[in-house]
Amino acid sequence: MEIAVCIKRVPLLGSAIVLTPDSMAIDTSKLGFGLSPHEECAVEAAVQLVEANGGSVTLFSMGHVDGEEQIREQLAIGADRAVLIDTNGVEPDPQAAASALAEAISAEDTTFDLVIMGSESADYGGSQTGIRVAHKLGLPVVTSVKGLKIEGGVATCERAVGSTREVYTVALPAVITVKDGLNIPRYASVPGRMKARKKSVDIKQVTFAEPRITTKKFTIPEREAKGATSLGSGDEAAAALVDVLKQIGVLT
Amino acid sequence: MILVYVDHDRGEIDPISLQAISAATALDPDVQAVIVGHGGKDLAGEIAAFGATAVHAGHHADLLDFTPRAHARAVHSLIEKTSPRAVLAGGTPRGNEVLSHVAALMDAPFASECVSIVLTGADSADIVRARWAGNMLEEAVVLAPVLIASVQAHSFAAVAAAAPLSLAEFDVPLAEGDVLVRVEDRVGSSAGGVGLAEAKVVVSGGRGMDGPDAFSMLEDIAGVLGGAVGCSRVVTSAGWRPHAEQVGQTGTKVAPDLYIACGISGATQHIAGCKSSKTLIAINTDAQAPIMGFADYVVVDNVHTFLPLLIEKLKSAN
Ligand SMILES: Cc1cc2nc3c(=O)[nH]c(=O)nc-3n(C[C@H](O)[C@H](O)[C@H](O)COP(=O)(O)OP(=O)(O)OC[C@H]3O[C@@H](n4cnc5c(N)ncnc54)[C@H](O)[C@@H]3O)c2cc1C
Ligand SMILES: Nc1ncnc2c1ncn2[C@@H]1O[C@H](COP(=O)(O)O)[C@@H](O)[C@H]1O
Repeated sequence: MEIAVCIKRVPLLGSAIVLTPDSMAIDTSKLGFGLSPHEECAVEAAVQLVEANGGSVTLFSMGHVDGEEQIREQLAIGADRAVLIDTNGVEPDPQAAASALAEAISAEDTTFDLVIMGSESADYGGSQTGIRVAHKLGLPVVTSVKGLKIEGGVATCERAVGSTREVYTVALPAVITVKDGLNIPRYASVPGRMKARKKSVDIKQVTFAEPRITTKKFTIPEREAKGATSLGSGDEAAAALVDVLKQIGVLT
Repeated sequence: MILVYVDHDRGEIDPISLQAISAATALDPDVQAVIVGHGGKDLAGEIAAFGATAVHAGHHADLLDFTPRAHARAVHSLIEKTSPRAVLAGGTPRGNEVLSHVAALMDAPFASECVSIVLTGADSADIVRARWAGNMLEEAVVLAPVLIASVQAHSFAAVAAAAPLSLAEFDVPLAEGDVLVRVEDRVGSSAGGVGLAEAKVVVSGGRGMDGPDAFSMLEDIAGVLGGAVGCSRVVTSAGWRPHAEQVGQTGTKVAPDLYIACGISGATQHIAGCKSSKTLIAINTDAQAPIMGFADYVVVDNVHTFLPLLIEKLKSAN
């Protein structure tokens, strides 16, 4: 089974987001980078499917060339090779992003049985790239998948809705967008990391069409300063906490 | 005219769709709704009560349960027939999914998760949309003769504004591939236990719980208060609790009367899921932990020694 997975490098935020002085970006000078949990699950699912059925996993990531570090992390857990689309510091809008990803996927010699993406990116949260890629590739798409089984060329997908799960089936090839909770992504092993160093990461350049959605600036929503009341600690705090619960009416 | 896609689950209207109707009414008094699938037309009265001047109910024998691309096809066919200035939907998994398909069919931009929309010209709009699950906002200009946008849940209030009912039914012109992906079955029960998303009280644990065993204390507290147990991603990644209990950006978003955070640091992605809690109580050994800045009440203590004391007091108070 040949699987493509789309992953995006994003800053690992702490407890607050700090913007650059021009408000056009997050100040990442003190931040590390990683992936969205949705996409970590996407890679884990792909690696598990290839372990069970044979084949290979190709990663596609678009962004800063430094993203090679996050790509190597995922090669270390078992993906086979990667294509990095260098955006040269430009953030494409979702339409342009999907076109570039779909083009890169089609340009490969491999014909993919499955394209796995996140249901939404951590930073942009557009909830649309997977669907747009599916339309470009002429494939069906199931989104927000939290349970996945593939048998006889058919994917059975579950999607959580409240406390029940919807079941979809789709014949491959298909695009599937997945959510955190699909699996528990493994950590890279030392031998995995050694092997990852030798795996190929092809770097490609793109030019994007004129954006139809243009960012003017970012803002951080004001958080109301609550001025927390300290209840202290130990026995005394336990009694005070019970009083608070009575006051707000959750304990009668 | 503004067209609003109204999502319903087997005859039950998604409340965020009604918020989208109210958001649309602020842009143009001529708001028309489109609802697709079995049982949709029976909901026209309910939709008109929120100010839709016309309700278009699309049907087709093949559309019994949710079928995303077919719903998009229905919306697209109405766009071609009625030429709206904008198409809105609720920022829910289904709302975003259907509008993404519409945008892909039209090769048009789609601004998801908007908290503000202003139409500034015949083909331009100023929008503000949520990034990082609402921890950051993006002000942007969208160029499109038909603006396609979803509204972030709870950023617009649904306001009743009775309009006379005007119902028009139409056949959905399905194309090849439109019904390949659809809900074929539903599994799992909705009975038993308090669902995390709807719980009035959520008792949540993080890395500070040090393992799965201490969660029995959180179950005890949730039991006394009639609430649900939640957790951070560190906890689900370690396999201590099921992912269904994870609160945050990639977990469940909760808005209970009371949220108790035990041994949780308060990373932005966790806060994204619990910031709408009415009262937040944090229990943490570190008085400087970020969660303490979000809390209404804080206890600076070790969960392993403090929670047993609390449980004892709760049981005798009950
Ligand atoms: C894109 C993205 C999405 C994410 N989505 C989510 C999400 O949906 N939900 C989520 O939770 N996380 C999410 N995360 C992860 C998030 O960034 C944090 O890593 C996570 O929330 C931290 O969990 P924690 O607070 O349990 O652990 P830690 O940050 O390690 O904090 C543990 C806390 O417990 C305290 N403590 C330790 N021992 C004790 C004790 N004995 N008694 C009392 N207190 C103690 C410590 O002082 C500390 O404050 C996401 C991350 C990314 C990058
Ligand atoms: N720059 C990118 N590089 C690789 N994959 C991406 C990129 N942007 C979006 N994706 C994929 O598309 C999914 C949905 O993104 P979005 O539509 O922005 O919410 C993500 O979870 C990724 O799998």
